[in-house]
Amino acid sequence: MSSREDILSSVRANLPRLERPLPTVPMFDVNPPASLLSTFKESLHHMGGMFLDPPASGDPLAPVRAKLADAKVVCSTVPEIAGNRDIAGVSKPQDLADVDFAIVRASFGVAETGSVLLNDADLQVNAVAYLAQHLIVLLDPADIVVNLHHPYRRREFRDRHYASFHTGPSATADIEGVLIHGAQGVRLLSVLPLARAVDSPAR
Amino acid sequence: MHWARDAAEHNQIVYGILKDHGAKSLIKSKSMLTEECGLRHYMASVGIEVIETDLGERIQQLDNEDPSHVAVPAVHKLRTDVAEVFAKTIGTDPANSDVHYLAEAQREATRPLILAADAGMTGCNFAVAETGTFGVCTNEGNADLSANVPKLHIASIGIEKIIPRLEHLAVFVRLLSRSALGSPVTQYTWHFRGLRADGEMHIVLVDNGRSERLGLEEFWTSLKCIRCGACMNTCPVDRRSGGLSYGATYSGPIGLIIDPTFNQRKYSNLPFASTLNGSCSNVCPVKINIHEQIYAWRRVLVERHETPLAERVEMKAAGELLSRPAAYRAGIAAADMALAHLPRWVIYNGLNAWGRHREVPHPPKQTFHSWYQANRGEKR
Repeated sequence: MSSREDILSSVRANLPRLERPLPTVPMFDVNPPASLLSTFKESLHHMGGMFLDPPASGDPLAPVRAKLADAKVVCSTVPEIAGNRDIAGVSKPQDLADVDFAIVRASFGVAETGSVLLNDADLQVNAVAYLAQHLIVLLDPADIVVNLHHPYRRREFRDRHYASFHTGPSATADIEGVLIHGAQGVRLLSVLPLARAVDSPAR
Repeated sequence: MHWARDAAEHNQIVYGILKDHGAKSLIKSKSMLTEECGLRHYMASVGIEVIETDLGERIQQLDNEDPSHVAVPAVHKLRTDVAEVFAKTIGTDPANSDVHYLAEAQREATRPLILAADAGMTGCNFAVAETGTFGVCTNEGNADLSANVPKLHIASIGIEKIIPRLEHLAVFVRLLSRSALGSPVTQYTWHFRGLRADGEMHIVLVDNGRSERLGLEEFWTSLKCIRCGACMNTCPVDRRSGGLSYGATYSGPIGLIIDPTFNQRKYSNLPFASTLNGSCSNVCPVKINIHEQIYAWRRVLVERHETPLAERVEMKAAGELLSRPAAYRAGIAAADMALAHLPRWVIYNGLNAWGRHREVPHPPKQTFHSWYQANRGEKR
């Protein structure tokens, strides 16, 4: 017998005889917060992320441009900002090891946790979101859901091969419980609320 | 997809994949399953270099120790201990035990190893039957690098990690980090349900005793464990003694009820390392009746004679004595008298395990019973 058959038959033989109907999970979203964007902002701060307040007037990307002023290697997967490392020309993830800033657009955000969802189409090369020193994420305020129960009903989790919640920058508390932001992935994660351009519809 | 009945088959499968690809180095994120399988030890024996990338796990690897906690592998070490380990292994300043400095040094030392590795390996927190999705909740970004940088990704998944549907995943993702660290979610929660365009992926589904445990009426619910570590953090025994003192892959209360399923004789004394206070069961987010199972294991192990003979004889004698109050009081008074006057060699010898590593406490001048009679008892 193959290992697969062995294991499956052992599971069948040992399965507890219980009447346990498959539970239907509620969405837990009665009384949602008045503003998903401000809840998102609070949650993001709590997890060590930075929320970039859009300027009242003028260039909406000004906070991003200010961050990039001294950056050497910038890799962008969004049409709003041009980088100097073309991700389409990257043949292997290791080529992205020297990226200072990566700029991507999130599929959506989660107000409850301050998470942004980045999938393999948003990132083009998954590793860019971890190898870059800093990550800047554009998020359409219209793309924020209430809590973590909503994302798993969305198509990104059925269509894409890879989908990852990023909630603030990488972090560790492995030495004496001291919280350090910027463990092995990005050191800073910033989110700029910015509506999608009309010609780049939601994926 | 690969299927492994046990730890040995798991290790052979992983090695086979690496060999087929000519891979010599493997970067790894934290996985209790690979600890359970003894993967690192096995890989060393076949000449594959395994590099742990989680900070706590890396500290433990560099110090030649096993992880002492499922969520915080080096929780028993102080910053000065880490400074000493890093000074010896990755060349940091031995006098500098600043936590930021040490974490940064590990980041800088590990990054080149990640970029050069031939393969990456991760565990899995949850897998979804409905979509074939599997995911990992992580904070440092090392599991994400392990899964996304090398061309070859191997993921080991215990079969109990599979849940029915995507909608159920939200419940578990929300539970895990809250119970482990008190944060609403981990920094990263990633999900693969297919290949990376530039990569190759192997999944090893591992049984290693799980399907058999499913048939143990009193103990199968231990398979619900999501490895959050909440029971360890609340356990008065674990908090004092530390995870390494258990001498088994899984420490803490959950370890007491899982470890004997792997080896009843070897871990026969673990279920006795508990006060049965029930705090573990109270905090368990998946409602495992841990302390009741600890008690049930004691019964099973005694029935199957997995406890030492001397202990069984002593317990039988103690049972007789404790059921007769008058005999007990006479016995205690005699023992206190004896302890106060016997020569050391009578007390400290191989027969008295309680005197093996410590001094026996001084016998009281009076038993509580006789003190109570004298001070609070009814005057007759």
